[in-house]
Amino acid sequence: MTFKLAASPHTHQKRSTQQVMRWVYLCMIPGIILHHYFFGAGVWLQMLLALIVGLSAEAIAVKLRGRSIRTVWRDHTTVVTALLLAVSIPSLAPWWVISIGMIFAIVVVKQVYGGVGQNLFNPAMAGYVVLLISFPVQMSSWPLATELAQQRVDLSTAASLIFSGYTPAGYSLEQLRMGVDGLTMATPLDALRNGLTAQFTTPEIFASQAIFGAVGGIGWGWLNLAWLAGGLILVQQRIISWHIPVGVLLGLAVPAAIFQLFNPDTSIPVSIHLLSGATMLGAFFIATDPVSAATSNRGRLWFGLLIGVLVFIIRSFGGYPDGMAFAVLLANMCVPIIDKYTQPIAYGHGGKS
Amino acid sequence: MNEYKELTWQGLWENNPALVQLLGLCPLLAVTSTVTNALGLGLATLLVLVGSNVTVSLVRDYVPKEIRIPIFVMVIATFVTMIQLLLKAYLFSLDQALGIFIPLIVTNCAIIGRAEAYASKNPWRQSAFDGVMMGLGFTLVLVLLGAIREVLGNGTLFSGAELLLGDWAQSLSLTLFAVEHPLLVAILPPGAFIVMGFIIAAKNKIDAVRQARAVKPEKTVTRARVTAQ
Repeated sequence: MTFKLAASPHTHQKRSTQQVMRWVYLCMIPGIILHHYFFGAGVWLQMLLALIVGLSAEAIAVKLRGRSIRTVWRDHTTVVTALLLAVSIPSLAPWWVISIGMIFAIVVVKQVYGGVGQNLFNPAMAGYVVLLISFPVQMSSWPLATELAQQRVDLSTAASLIFSGYTPAGYSLEQLRMGVDGLTMATPLDALRNGLTAQFTTPEIFASQAIFGAVGGIGWGWLNLAWLAGGLILVQQRIISWHIPVGVLLGLAVPAAIFQLFNPDTSIPVSIHLLSGATMLGAFFIATDPVSAATSNRGRLWFGLLIGVLVFIIRSFGGYPDGMAFAVLLANMCVPIIDKYTQPIAYGHGGKS
Repeated sequence: MNEYKELTWQGLWENNPALVQLLGLCPLLAVTSTVTNALGLGLATLLVLVGSNVTVSLVRDYVPKEIRIPIFVMVIATFVTMIQLLLKAYLFSLDQALGIFIPLIVTNCAIIGRAEAYASKNPWRQSAFDGVMMGLGFTLVLVLLGAIREVLGNGTLFSGAELLLGDWAQSLSLTLFAVEHPLLVAILPPGAFIVMGFIIAAKNKIDAVRQARAVKPEKTVTRARVTAQ
């Protein structure tokens, strides 16, 4: 008779990495559907491209490293990276934009460091930052929300735009982005940033731009609510702990509220901060990456707060309208020090001696 | 002669200042956005390195050990000033392009490193040769890095070569492909770090392959089967 000896820990995680990742992309569905509703069908093509390029790049990198492709593909982390990058970039960006982003994210940020579990930085956001600083024009050309656009972007139009740069009818992306008055419209955060730099007050900007028709801007508000809904399911399912999202939202909302209280005319309102740009997607889906985030619960709270404050600083005083990607990468760099100072005390240690 | 062969090997490959010692990375990463800038800075560094190595080697017996580093720095700074004045006189536009990184050659650890590690212990002929080889190794890496970054970020090679080599070099400027949307990150500082990482990785890979090849596979004894299955 043999006794089976099992090494500790004796309690088991209920879910495998693959299951966790599957939950993450299931919870992205509401956001993706609203993305499709507001910004057209391009997002599906971007996701498809990101998946094909990401999985192929990973296969090549893993083969060069002499590992088994199947075990690496099976954990589905690349799928989540691909989907996150695809929903982060403008949905009608040319095909090579997302391809370069995915190759960088998977090969340089993930596999060079040793694959899943080893990467210092969030792959999707590192890929996003490379794209943002390399192709500022393509990366800020967000299509208009459907209510404002003159024509709907269906799947064939989107395919034609992504692969050739023009619609079948011969319009360029620039022309599609014009509103009824023939002016190219910006995203809410962009509009606020440009307006505030040009010495307009916040209410003036709100009145002059059609994009501010709803809370958080047309399209963007609902989109953020959809990400929030998906994120809440993740928290409820214990896929992610509440510490990071709460930290991010607090870190962003508290300074924003203070500034709005004292300077209502020259600051971005809290509602726009919370419900526009990448706030909810970042707080619930991006910052919570289990590999590159802090590990203890107290550390996660600090990590989230740091991201939130950085996003606020970049949006208010920085050179870019939104700063989620930069904030996440900067916070990733701080993770070792956060982990060092928030290490939980093991049972039986510490306390008063 | 064998000594010189060893110095060549050390400087260009085995102990390359940029790839192995990782010295002088600041100018290496900052000015290598085009081949022309890289070549200009590489040659300036090479000249300073040779000059300082020879001088340090000649005065090595008269320098008190305790204050040798300040003296080496003085020697290096003198040569850098000479190079900078020469650049300003004859290649002014290149001097403008390289800017602060010419004076900063003084702080290039590769130069003081060679002065301390080699020139202060060896006769001047070997020191001069060491300076040439280390300088060449540094220049080659600079040019390689500059070429990769220029092609990725601009689609050109040798653009602006006339700044360094005179008007005839305008014909050297190659446009490999016209880029509508340059990969700006390759030109920016992060691109330098990333490309540098890949170059170092490639060098290590080549070394690993050479090492594996150098170890002769042991002779396997093959026996003929004499019994039936």
